[in-house]
Order: sequence, then C-alpha cells, then structure tokens
Amino acid sequence: MYGKDFAMVRVFFLIMLAVSVVPAAHAEGRLLATGGATTIEGSAGGGIVPWATLSSYAAEGEWGGTVQLNYADVEDYQLDVVGATLNYGNRLELSYARQDFSLSRLGGSLKQDIYGVKVRVAGDVIYGELPQFSIGMQHKRNQTFALPQAVGARSDSGTDYYLAATKAWLDGPFHRTWLANITLRATKANETGLLGFGGDLNNDYELMTEASVGMFLNRHWIVGVEYRQKPNNLGFAAEQDWHDVFVGWFPNKRFAVVGAYTNLKTIAGAPEQKGFYINLQVSL
Amino acid sequence: MFRPVIMSLALLLGSMVMPAQAASDDSLYQALGQQQGISALMETFILEIADDERIVHHFEKTDIERLHRMLTEQICELSGGPCSYSGDDMVTVHTGMNVTTAEFNALVEDLIAAMEQHEIAVSAQNRLLAILAAMHKEVVNL
Ligand code: HEM
Repeated sequence: MYGKDFAMVRVFFLIMLAVSVVPAAHAEGRLLATGGATTIEGSAGGGIVPWATLSSYAAEGEWGGTVQLNYADVEDYQLDVVGATLNYGNRLELSYARQDFSLSRLGGSLKQDIYGVKVRVAGDVIYGELPQFSIGMQHKRNQTFALPQAVGARSDSGTDYYLAATKAWLDGPFHRTWLANITLRATKANETGLLGFGGDLNNDYELMTEASVGMFLNRHWIVGVEYRQKPNNLGFAAEQDWHDVFVGWFPNKRFAVVGAYTNLKTIAGAPEQKGFYINLQVSL
Repeated sequence: MFRPVIMSLALLLGSMVMPAQAASDDSLYQALGQQQGISALMETFILEIADDERIVHHFEKTDIERLHRMLTEQICELSGGPCSYSGDDMVTVHTGMNVTTAEFNALVEDLIAAMEQHEIAVSAQNRLLAILAAMHKEVVNL
C-alpha cells in the first residue's frame, strides 16, 4: 500500500515539475484563488463541497485545467484521490477523479471513479450583485461493489445532480475578502458512493444541503469551514453529516495547497473518524 | 450539534448581503496617504499597466499625464477625500474598447501590485478594490 501511495505521489510531483517548467501561456484571466481547490469528488470547490466556481484560472475564450491529489487520513481509514479537470471559457468544467478508500482496520479498499460536468449558468463570483450559479452532475461508478452490496446498497453506480451558488465579498466583515457557498445536491450515494447507491432504508433521490464559508486573511491565505449533509440509506450503519475546518494557501496561480482538520464522525460503524485532509493542486 | 453552526453561518451571510456602507468618512482617503499618497500610488499603477502586455495595447494613444490626473482625482473623491472628479463618465470613456473581464482582472492585479509596493494595508486594499469592482459593468464589454 505504501508503495502504491508513494508511486502516486511521485507521478504527481513529476507532473508538477513538468508543468512548472513549461513556459507555455497558462490560463490566468481570473483573480488569484477564484479557481478554488478541488473536492474529493474531483469538482472545483472546497474540500468536500463543490462550488459554483470553475477550476483553474481560465476566463472567457481560454482553456484551463488542473491536476490534483487529495489525501485524508482519519482514525480507521485513508482516502486517496487523484484527479484532473478541464475548464473551457469559465463556462464548462469537466472532471475525473479516482477515489481509493483503504480500510486500515478491516483490510482491503473501496474504489470508485467519478466523472463530473459543471456549467456556469449565471452571475460571477466577484462582479455584479448576483452570486455565481452553476449546475453540475457527478456520475460515479463503484469498482468494488461486493462489500457495498453485502451491506444493502442497491446499485454500483449513481449520478448526483447539484446546484451551487458562490459569492465573494472583496470588502466583507473586518475589511477582509469573504467567500460563501451553498450547494443543493440530489443524491442516492452512500458515503459519497464508496458504499454504493441507494439501500434498504431508502432508494430514492434526496436533497442534501452543503455549505462553505471562508475568509481571506490576505490574498494568499484563506481559512474557513465546510459542512455537508449526507443521506442515510443503509440500515447496517447510520451515515453522518461531515464538516471540516480548512486553511488554504494560494502562493500563485500555479499551485494551491489546502489542509483541513475534519471530523467524519462514524463511517460504516467505526466511530470518531477525526483526522487530517490535504489537497495539492496544480493549475495549467 | 450543527444547528449553532448553521445559524451563525446564516447570520454571517445575512450581514454580508447587506450593501457595503458608503464611505461617509475619509478613513480610506487617509489610509491611502491622502492626495500625495494617491498620486504616487496612481503613478506606480500606471507603470504597472505600462509593463503589462495583457492590457497595455489599450493605452497606446492615451495622454498618460491626463490619465494620471484623472485617476488621482477619481480615487481621491471615491475614497472620501476633498476632490471632485472632472473627467468623463466611465461608460463614455470605456465605450468602444471592448474590455474583457480578463483584462479588467489584469488591471485589478496591477493595482494590487502597486498597492503592495506602497505597503497599503490589506483592509484599505480591499476597500478600494470593492469600490472599483462595483464599476465593472461600466467598463467591461462596451
Ligand atoms: C474600475 C476600473 C476602471 C476605472 C476606475 C477606470 C478609470 C478611468 C479614468 C478615470 C480614465 C480617464 C478618463 C478621462 O480621461 O476623462 C480612464 C481612461 C482609460 N481607461 Fe479606464 N478605468 C478602469 C478600467 C479600465 C480597464 C480594465 C481598461 C482596459 C484594460 C481601461 C482602459 C482605459 C483607457 C485606454 C483609458 C484612456 C482613454 C483615452 O485615451 O482617452 N480602463 N479610465
């Protein structure tokens, strides 16, 4: 397992190195940090909540993209995510993420692939009165359905649909720049899909609320909180809402690092899943 | 356990949605270093623009001395200082330039770079940027 992790990290740093020495014009038509970070499901946003903002710094007429690595280490589990996004014209975002969730106590792992599409439908995160609105979907394919099925999940694939609104206030409280996001998500996913979709308790779409609020200390550092409501479809173990407290560092338009302290509470019956989360992102 | 978190989020959002109060005082003008500070800041700002290949082409035929004078007057007035802007209105000035949002952002970055060089506090930077960002629709895509 460590061998595999290490290889992944190495590949990632090779990519980072490669893109940072390529002098090719990279998309930079938007302001620093407006590309956000990348969620564990591959969409641009915070750590666990997709935002209305699109990945990278591509503005109208530009192509942009990101490659990223997420890693979370809580009491009994580790989550590895590798992913990439493409953004055309700050209008359309395509994303792919591969999640690998290791069960350190039980052994083995749960894996899924997530294909995402997001479209900015109205507004701009900074300019104008309205927030920026985007709609998106995340199509998820669980690659390890035996365990989810055994605990009552109904399907090995599912699609989440969401509407997100994000707004930044350049001169918010304390004369700091603030950012707030609300996302409504229709989903059947159990533990984001790692435990499959639908279950013995419920097999219908349900609407979940997710939110993030952050304050920029200066142009490079942001601190904030996130909350994600989750459904409860499986009788074998109650699923719980997630939250985290994060710090993001945006040294330039190429790199971003987000670290979070998260409490995922009880996952699949194992309580007190507290720990750290990190997201490394390179924008192209 | 999340109720208090959500309620404080809602309160926070509510307070941020309220329009930023107009600068009825001159504290921003003071923070920018008054007339002299603003004039020096605008000079650095124009030098940043001159160095910025993303937007400098717009200024090829511009009377730079007038631009400097007009920007200084305008920022002085908007920040609550004892000036009144005597130039043309924003829509008239920028009509026909087809300024894009990316170019507007480039100009914002040049202003931030200038403010950094003048060691203006982040709070004052944010106040000035918010005033200028509100003029986005009077400048872009005209
Ligand atoms: C909020 C942002 C902006 C403000 C407050 C602003 C302000 C001004 C002012 C006060 C003038 C002088 C008007 C006069 O001579 O009567 C001016 C002129 C000009 N602005 Fe802007 N401007 C902004 C954004 C932009 C952007 C983004 C561009 C292009 C990238 C731009 C390009 C120009 C040019 C080329 C002129 C000179 C016009 C001429 O040669 O007569 N401005 N602007």
